[in-house]
Parts: sequence; C-alpha cells; structure tokens
Amino acid sequence: MNNGSQVFISLEDLQRNFDEVKSGLSPADARDESNRCLYCYDAPCIQACPTGINIPSFIKKIASGNLKGSARTIMESNPVGASCARVCPTEELCEGACVLNHSTKPIMIGDLQRFATDWAIKNEQALFERGQKNGLKVAVVGGGPAGLSAARELARFGYEVTIFEAKERAGGLNTYGIVSFRLPERISLWEVKQVEELGVEIKTSTKVGRDIDPAEILEAYDAVILAVGMSKVPMLKIEGEELDGVHDAIRFVEETKTKELTHQYVGKRVAVIGAGNTAIDAATCSVRLGAENVKILYRRTKEEMTAYDFEYEFAKQDNVEFRWLTAPVRIVGDENGVVKQLECIRMELGEPGPDGRRRPVPVEGSEFLLEVDAVIKAIGQTRHTALVEAFGLQHQWGVVKVDLETYQTSNEKIFAAGDVIFGDGQGEAMVVTAAQQGKTAAYAVHQKLRNSMIETA
Amino acid sequence: MADLRINLAGIESPNPFWLASAPPTNSGYQVQRAFEAGWGGAVWKTLGEPIINTTARFAAVSFNGKKVAGFNNIELITDRPLEVNLKEIYETKKRFPNHAIIASLMVEPQREKWHEIVIRVEDVGVDGLELNFGCPHGMAERGMGAASGQQPDLVEAQTMWAKEAARTPVIVKLTPNITDITVTARAAVQGGADAISMINTINSLAGVDIDTWNTIPHVAGKGAHGGYCGPAVKPIALNMVAECARNPLINVPISGIGGISTWKDAVEFMLMGAGGVQVCTAAMHHGFSIVEDMIDGLNNYLDDKGIASVQDLIGKSVERYSDWGNLDLNYRIVARINQDVCINCNKCHIACEDTSHQCIDMLTDPDGNRYLQVREDDCVGCNLCSIVCPEDGAIDMVELPHEQPPMTWNERQTVLAGFKGN
Repeated sequence: MNNGSQVFISLEDLQRNFDEVKSGLSPADARDESNRCLYCYDAPCIQACPTGINIPSFIKKIASGNLKGSARTIMESNPVGASCARVCPTEELCEGACVLNHSTKPIMIGDLQRFATDWAIKNEQALFERGQKNGLKVAVVGGGPAGLSAARELARFGYEVTIFEAKERAGGLNTYGIVSFRLPERISLWEVKQVEELGVEIKTSTKVGRDIDPAEILEAYDAVILAVGMSKVPMLKIEGEELDGVHDAIRFVEETKTKELTHQYVGKRVAVIGAGNTAIDAATCSVRLGAENVKILYRRTKEEMTAYDFEYEFAKQDNVEFRWLTAPVRIVGDENGVVKQLECIRMELGEPGPDGRRRPVPVEGSEFLLEVDAVIKAIGQTRHTALVEAFGLQHQWGVVKVDLETYQTSNEKIFAAGDVIFGDGQGEAMVVTAAQQGKTAAYAVHQKLRNSMIETA
Repeated sequence: MADLRINLAGIESPNPFWLASAPPTNSGYQVQRAFEAGWGGAVWKTLGEPIINTTARFAAVSFNGKKVAGFNNIELITDRPLEVNLKEIYETKKRFPNHAIIASLMVEPQREKWHEIVIRVEDVGVDGLELNFGCPHGMAERGMGAASGQQPDLVEAQTMWAKEAARTPVIVKLTPNITDITVTARAAVQGGADAISMINTINSLAGVDIDTWNTIPHVAGKGAHGGYCGPAVKPIALNMVAECARNPLINVPISGIGGISTWKDAVEFMLMGAGGVQVCTAAMHHGFSIVEDMIDGLNNYLDDKGIASVQDLIGKSVERYSDWGNLDLNYRIVARINQDVCINCNKCHIACEDTSHQCIDMLTDPDGNRYLQVREDDCVGCNLCSIVCPEDGAIDMVELPHEQPPMTWNERQTVLAGFKGN
C-alpha cells in the first residue's frame, strides 16, 4: 500500500486497494467448516441474530450441497443477508453465541453465510416470488436495508410497492456508505435487484420533499414506511470548517465508491475527527488512497470509542494513528483557502454525563498544531428532521417516535424503520437491525391493512 | 518394550500387522516397501489364473466431508503371470526372511488344481497359504471366491484338497456375504484349516451419481457390485470374528480383517479373539507408513497396561461376548449431565425428545442460565444422549445400585417355566 518513499502509485494500484480485503471460503473450507457445526437444537446463534436466521439449517445445507436452499434460508430471514455476511459484528452476535466458544472455537458463521450468498449471486439465483396482487399499495421512503427489507416482504404478500430513493441507486449505506474493501457495491446491488425482481418499483433520484410531496404520497398509498436513515455529518462548529480540504466522512467514503479514484491524497496527511465505525472507514479509505499519514482524533479514550474492536484492529493494521483525548479547536487554511493545519487541544475525562460516559474536559493551555492536508469529520450524522416534520410525525431531535412492537409512528398510516428511528435510547444502528425492523414494520403494515380489508369486506 | 511377535497357526511374524491380500500386495516391489516400512507380514494378492481387470475399479464413501469412511472395489485377483509372482515372492522372502509372506490362492473348485497351485507356491518358500473363498465380485461369477465360500460343503472340500498338498499352514479366508459365518468357519475347520481369516469384502454399490445417474464407479456406463471394506465395515467384521472366537467348534486361530485403521482397532480385534490382523484400506488411503503408529501405539498400550506380549491380548474379551438372553435385565445405568462441562448445544435433549424416551429437560436457573437435566426415573439408560454429545465428559452413563438381584432373560424364562411346571 502506501509507502512514504514511493512517489508514483498507479490508479490501478489505488483501485486494487479498494478490492475486498477478505477472500471468501474455498469450497473445501466451507465443507469442513459446515461439517464442524453441531446443528444445535434451539441454537443460541439464532437467538443472537437480530433477523433470526436459522443458522444451523443454512449451515447444514452447505454441508449437504444444497447451496440454493442455504442462500434462501439466509435471505428469507434477512433480505440483506449477503451484505450482513460481510458487515455484521458476528463476534458480538451469532458467533459470540456459538456454543463452541466453550469448547473449541466458534463456527465461522459470517464466512459461511458469505459462501452461500456468494454462490447465489454467482449463479444468478432468484430466491423468492412475488405474492398474488392484493390491490393495495405501499410506499417505502428510502431504499436502504430497512426499506428494502420492508419492500421485499410486502411484495411477497402481494402489495404493489414503490420505493422512493433520493440517490441514483438503492441499497443505502450498503451501496454508498460502507467501504468497498469490506462490502463491494455489487453485493448490495444484487440485494436491490432481488427486491426489484419481485415487482417492487424503485424510483431512484427521487427525493421525497423535493421531487414529490409527502402529502401526495400519503394520499396515493394505503400505507407508508419511512426508512430514510440519517443525513450528513454535522458541523464541528469551529473556525475554518468551510476551508477546501474539509470533508464529511460519509460523502468521502461515498466518493470512493462512486467516482473515479484520483491521486489527490497520495502522500498527504489526513486527520479524521471521531472514533466511530465511519471514522475508521474514512481513515482506512484515506490510507488506501495513498495518504502518507492518517490520524484519528478522538476527544475521549479508547474505552469510550464506539467503533467495533475488529474495526479498530483493522485500522491499526492499516497504520492509522489514534490520538486519544484530542479535540479540534480550529482549522487553519493557507492563502488559497486550503487546509494547512489543525489546531487541537488535549482533553481529560471529567465527571460522567447523562449517558454514563465520562465527559471530556479541555486541558487549559494545551493547544497544539498538527500539519494536515485534509480534515474528515466523522462525528455522527444529522437527521432528516424537515422530512419527518413534513410527514407530521412526532420525533425527538429528528428521531421518529415509534411503537417498538409495530414500528407504527404517531400517524397510524406511517411506519418507520432503520436509522431514522435509531437514537435517543431507541433501536440499534446495525444493518442487521435495520433489516429486521423493515421486516417487522412490513408485517405490521400487512396486519393493519388485512384487518381493514376484512372490516370493509 | 512389549513383545509384539505373533505366531498364528505356526506362521511367525515380528508384529501382528499384516497387509491383506489386495492391491497393496500386488508385487514384490510393493511388499518389500511395506516390510521396510515395518509391516510384519503380507498376504500376497491372490494368485490363480491371471485375469483381465477393468479400469475404474475403486470408489469410496465420504461422510460429512471425511474421505474414505468406506471403500468399494471391483478389482479381481492378480492380473500378472504366476511365474512373475512366484519369482518376486522368492526374492522378497530371501530379502526379508523374518517377515511373513502368505500366498493367497484361488482356483476352480477341483482337487488337482488346488494340488498343483499349492505345490508351485510352496516351492518358492512362502510361510503359509490363504485360500480366498471370499472375493465377492467377478471371480464369484466364475464359480470361485465367494461363490464357493458360500457353500459349506465346497469350503470343506477345497480346504481338504489344499491341505492334502500343503506343507505350510493353511488359512481359510471367509466371506461375510452369508447369513451365519460360523457355518462356513466350521466347514473350514472340518476340512482341516489351520486358521481362518475374516472378513473378505461385503457386497456393495458405493453410490449413484445423481447428475449422470451412473453407478459409482461405472465402467463405460455400466456398474457391477463390488466389495466393501474400510472403517465402515469394522463393526460387522468385529462381530464375525467374535462369533467365531466364542464358538467352541471353531477352535483354530483367527486372522482379523475389516476396517482396521489404527492400533486401537487391532487391540479390539485381538481382544475379541484375533491372533493377528490384516489391513488394506488404511494403507491404500495413507500409504505404508501408517504402520509406524500402529506398532508404536500398540507397544505403548501394552507397556501402559503392563502386558509383556501382544499374544496375551488374544481372546481376553471373548467370554464377555454372549447371547442377548444372557444379559442382566436388572442392570441399570442412567445419563447424568455434568453442568460444568456441558456447552448447552441441546443435542442430547432433542435426540431424547424426538427419538428416545423424553427424559432430558431444558431448564433455566434463577439467574437465567439455561441448563439440561436428566429425569433419571424416566431414563432407560439407552446411551443415545452420550453418543450425540459433542463434548467429552459432559454426559456420564452412571451405574445405579441393583434394586433387584441380577437376572437374565434366559434365567427368567427358566423360572417362569418352573412356575408353569407346578
């Protein structure tokens, strides 16, 4: 990868840096690993999977050579199961629950899931069929994991489903936000295609609130599922944030997936602000774009960091530097308005805040300057508050309030799932939970509309 | 260092591990390599009128990704001229005078043919003869091998004919493709056999290719049954050895064959009455060097048990093998789960619940931890849970004190008959 003394890196080499890091299991490895599975009864791995994939069953099917059945078992429970095979924090979920943790070593469930879904992708398998049309229409706003899951389940029930997607392609963060060396776009796009093939119409480049009025959607559809996720990274609210060379991490990652790579970052020094999984993504993308030095600055310590341990390890292996207890105060530009330096201040942990985490407090007089060429902000995401309000939904700081069993919002016709309901003590930010919420919301919609059909019949 | 030498009906060898008559003993080159690797003896691939073999001869059965759980072949006896084999036997014996070379023989069931081949083979200095009455495929269609081995009168007569000419010990190799192997074993003894060996291979079809619908293996789209061997047949072979060993009318040494892959298998066969063992599939799977661990493991086992000679093992478990009617109906064992070892896979529960006696409960303790517990009063001591348990030591089958004095079915019937008599 990057090496300080190396002057020229070809674009092909940069592109290669974005190839999927982990190779899939070989058929022989998959055979051995799948045969190692105990096929537990009432298996704890199933309980630990937010989408409840029947893991022993899909693994048994790999062992028996029934790969189509295996992929179907996975995708049945999780419409974005191919993506989740790559991005799920499996050691905290299924693999963490594997009984073999108490014996030898856990089954590589994520890798086996990838093996089965890769087979389905490669062999262009259609795994599901649309249901017989029931004459009802549901709008899904947002084509990310939650929206796709909801749409697929509704299509299988026979609804006419339309997804409104602001971007050029559906898939949400799986398509745009997760680094391609962990999740290639083609995987997410296959999942999108699986949903489309059930007759779901995906209106891309159609932003609700801009291209179509929420009221129009509420009028035209029998139910709405709001699955718009979150928005861009918020402002740091420090001087120099408008300078050339200051980036939003989500956008930064997105550009590595949607635009031609350039030599722009070769040999450069990059500071990433924040220590969540998006910060890690921005940092490792920077390394792969040829940056000479990449630092992650975090105002708290490793203990409070929200990135998964495996993400942290991954970044360290990419030579990303971590500067704990360091907060940005000011971004300094040169005469052309380009980032030149980042002024930081050291922090210390004070009393715990309302969330139980110790609050970082600046150490007076500890300011110092870092020479940097780019600053990437990864301090969380803002909300689509305006859209939520345009739908007239109750919310807290943009987090839509829902009934946690049905995902119904304050408008009985609108249900919400995914990151749009994550936060303020509600939900989880994983792809796999978004998928499950999408399913649950779809079932709730079905339940409600079916009841109303029976009433009107 | 225990004494591993054996003497089977007068045939001596430095250890109990012989290569069975099969592809590994096809030539002098192979047998000499085997002796160099440490094998104590070799039964030369069956001599007779040379045949023509097919290509596509072997097939195997994999189980859960493990190769060669069972092995199937349609190869016949030697396809090389008798003179070539005899020359190589002579050379091999000269180079390895202390190793046992036994010639396997198969000719048509005619007295002169047996006399002729026995004399010719013994002339080159073999240590013994093994009459192949077991080969189940091909040769049987010509009235030899298993075809003659399935008829007790032919077994007896042919054994007698061979014995008339033989100066070295005669082992009769029996086919398992018969309802009661003790019948043909007794016929061999009646014919004067010095020893018997078992089992030859079991009639088998390794599989069907589910894409082409051809048999596995197939020869130009057609298949024929083969002979099955390898680890999968061991329990069948062990039973046949034990049945012969405990039969008082079969009072000759037994050479045990069938799925022996390790020193442990050899110990089991010898405890059940074998005076030595023959191996084929394991060598075909891994090469001759596997005998190194067989010898080493056997030696360590004997040393650990304080047994001076491997021959002291022979038959030590035979008296423990009987008829079902002699088993104690009042003996009770129950399953007991060790909570500190159990990994909570629940396999015991579902095996018991679905397919046995519904006596393992899945419970949750006050702290919310899940655990499994056997209702011992309902447990019939079938062993199934301990068989499916993946974690060593998680389930013990525990013997309970006798509530009633031991009584077998046969004893019970005798007592009942006594009542009726009154």
